[in-house]
Amino acid sequence: MDILLSDLFLLTLTVALYCGGQVLYRLTRTPLLHPVLLTFLAMIAFLKLTGIDYERYREATSILDFVLGMSVVALGYLMYEQSEHIRGNVTAILGAVVTGCVVGIGSVVGIAVAMGADRTILTSIAPKSVTVPIAVSVAEPLGGIAAVTSVVVFLVGIFGSIAGVWILDLCGVRLPQARGLALGSAAHGIGTARAVEMGAVEGALSGLAIALMGIATALAAPLFEKFVY
Amino acid sequence: MRVMTGIVLILIFWLAGNAVSGMTGNVVSGNVIGMMMLFLALKLRAVNAETVRPAAHFLTANMAVCFVPFGVGLMVSYGAIADNLAAIAVSAAVSTVLVLVCVGRVTQRLYKNR
Repeated sequence: MDILLSDLFLLTLTVALYCGGQVLYRLTRTPLLHPVLLTFLAMIAFLKLTGIDYERYREATSILDFVLGMSVVALGYLMYEQSEHIRGNVTAILGAVVTGCVVGIGSVVGIAVAMGADRTILTSIAPKSVTVPIAVSVAEPLGGIAAVTSVVVFLVGIFGSIAGVWILDLCGVRLPQARGLALGSAAHGIGTARAVEMGAVEGALSGLAIALMGIATALAAPLFEKFVY
Repeated sequence: MRVMTGIVLILIFWLAGNAVSGMTGNVVSGNVIGMMMLFLALKLRAVNAETVRPAAHFLTANMAVCFVPFGVGLMVSYGAIADNLAAIAVSAAVSTVLVLVCVGRVTQRLYKNR
């Protein structure tokens, strides 16, 4: 029985549940059944049942933090691959992403303040539009809660991928480049998965938007935290 | 072997990013700075893209599994979300719509070679 409570078992179970979630996702294609979201829930259920506390689980899976750190650096390569799509439109694309970043942080913080959220929550949700590893890298050093950030970022991605196309249609955004960039900026990797289904141009611009929005937010969020709220 | 050389390069850029982050007061985390430095190095042809590609593709394609421990943290911090549920849900949803519309409209307005 001891083996079922070992660190290696917890790590193995985490990766196995994720793989199982992906198989299920491929079969159902329902955005709400996102494999990562399912793995969160299944893993929490397992820890509750076995009485293993979160600290212990965190230690057992600390190697995943390390791999995630490398993945963020590796995003620089993806950005390089997609940067050819910027050619001739650097101003348009950077202008749009920076506007989106400022409007995004400003509005999420502004509305949450008006509705009475405390500072820890503001810092946790300020980077809600960027990919989870960057969002956590931004929020945690400023005093946010990584769990709140990652769950909110996930739900934002799912919301953006479900409602995004409809909202873009409604607002008359028809240029494929603009649609891709918007989906990646607002809904990171989950929005990009949707953009890839729409077409190659949409997918490429959406992938580029993840990295650009990540950088813009990493630079802007500390400024907001210091000077705005 | 090709994957390993890529891993080594990525680790070196992460280290360099951490060094820069430390010198600038840890405002931006080292891995994000490392990402920007890797991008620049590739653009300036200081690093050959072929050497990073296999490792970078493997890491970024499977990144999501590494988020799981953060999400599981919900079991200890669900109270923080529950106490602020309305504020979080409304602000995140409205803000997401605003980002979509802003980025979409601005790009459409400024984009050339249609």
